[in-house]
Amino acid sequence: MSSPLDILTLQPPEPAAHPAPPFDVRRVRADFPILGQQVQGQPLVYLDNGATAQKPRAVIDALSHYYTDQNANVHRGVHHLSQIATDAYEAARRKVATFINAASDREIIFVRGTTEGINLIAQTFGREQIGEGDEIIISEMEHHSNIVPWWMLCREKGAKLRVIPMNDRGELCMDTYQTLFSSRTKLVSIIHISNVLGTVNPVREMVQIAHAHGVPVHIDGAQAVPHQRVDMRDLGCAFYTFSGHKMFAPTGIGVLYGSETYLDAMPPYQGGGSMIQNVDFDNITYGNLPNKFEAGTPNIAGSIGLGAAIDYLNSIDFNGAAKYEANLLEYAHDVLRGVPDLKLLGTAECKVGVLSFILADIHPHDVGTILDQAGVAVRAGHHCAQPVMKHYDIPAATRASLSFYNTREDIDALVSGLHSVRKIFG
Amino acid sequence: MSDLRELYQQLILDHNKNPRNFRVLDPADRFAEGYNPLCGDKVEVYLQLHGDRIKDIGFQGSGCAISKASASLMTETIKGKTLGESETFFKDFQAMLTDPSSNLGLDQMGKLFAFAGVRDYPTRIKCATLSWHALRAAIENVQTPITTER
Repeated sequence: MSSPLDILTLQPPEPAAHPAPPFDVRRVRADFPILGQQVQGQPLVYLDNGATAQKPRAVIDALSHYYTDQNANVHRGVHHLSQIATDAYEAARRKVATFINAASDREIIFVRGTTEGINLIAQTFGREQIGEGDEIIISEMEHHSNIVPWWMLCREKGAKLRVIPMNDRGELCMDTYQTLFSSRTKLVSIIHISNVLGTVNPVREMVQIAHAHGVPVHIDGAQAVPHQRVDMRDLGCAFYTFSGHKMFAPTGIGVLYGSETYLDAMPPYQGGGSMIQNVDFDNITYGNLPNKFEAGTPNIAGSIGLGAAIDYLNSIDFNGAAKYEANLLEYAHDVLRGVPDLKLLGTAECKVGVLSFILADIHPHDVGTILDQAGVAVRAGHHCAQPVMKHYDIPAATRASLSFYNTREDIDALVSGLHSVRKIFG
Repeated sequence: MSDLRELYQQLILDHNKNPRNFRVLDPADRFAEGYNPLCGDKVEVYLQLHGDRIKDIGFQGSGCAISKASASLMTETIKGKTLGESETFFKDFQAMLTDPSSNLGLDQMGKLFAFAGVRDYPTRIKCATLSWHALRAAIENVQTPITTER
């Protein structure tokens, strides 16, 4: 069944009728119920936003409202609730399209998250377009989710990965990037913002360079979308993927943006209900975009939650939030530099609020456990980016990752916890 | 911070800083690798046997204070013990960390009792048991690296 929205093409977003009030961290914190709780008898200091972000009341309420008042399957029934659920699901798709300035909501495919989005591209575009001897360019700072699917594809096809190196500040070597292209390059797949280093890669420039070689680009935006506005029509990439849960929406929902030209030409990902036009045993025709890539009952509640998260971000002066975060990062850099024997990884010129570090020869797990006793939640480990760990010749790192609801007091609690770590380990 | 002093006792901190038997045995009669893929902790255990007695034991690896100290204290404890005795220590150590009804104390566990506090930190139990799993794999002559995940 084709969606009534197939004929809809989005206009650029209009200015909001009621512009959001200037960003105010105190007011924003009150929107996140979990931030009020205590951990180990101390106020929660949540600095693990790179792993997943907390959810505002508006998102929690949207899920509850959907299951309480609207639950039905989408694109199937003729009954009242089915229509309401379908409208809410497709409205969420339009919100995503507008939020990232896609040309059409047909370019928005709902997936489980960034990982599934990348696997979808590898299994459809990749398997069809990439063959023996072909090359895919990725970088040294990729998350495993932007390495493993390509590595698997390369193994299957006899293709090769070319890797853009990075310098010790955690910046990609753009000169080398230019030299990696050959007549066999079929795709560039690059992380927008590093989950370990916070580096904001010059993706727009990288897309232009790739296009000069006639090569399409996928951008892994998992860490970018929670921190800054992204604009598909400005970036011009073929594909962009991100996860809902890192941008204040539920887990299990994410987005693959694909330019319509590419999506149209690609074979489907999974087969099943919803993604077909006609099925008989001799012949099957596939549905139109975006249905072609959404087999089976989708994560309806998750999509609605994602829509609610976007509404929330639009309501809080998101640009003001980004400025606040940049200011907080500067403060965090300053005070962390005052902790003896602490070495920051990732000091790129252009970065967002991710602070990975090693503290003397103390293992990150010990750091993480001791910080937890002070109510401070951080990530310890290899951050699903083992090549980055290898670059710095370390097995693991501790990472504090910021969101706009964090405060200077949170950073102070982190620093005081780090002093406790040093005291215990003498 | 009194809880943390329980976890990071002086004995554990000492063995982390100055691990005992931290060396490769060459030749070794038995060898196994342990790996925790979630956190990246790695340990290699080397054994020299005399009959069914562990004549010498060495380990190498990288990991947190708990995993390193645990490996170090394990080697001290089981050096000179029989394979049967080391299996008993393995089971007792595991029970001390994971079985709430366990009442194994200082008498039975000796220095290993320093790890009793790890029970209160569920995310860290695998750090303490990794080297013991590697030891068992070495005794059983398991050739592929064993992991704490199933």
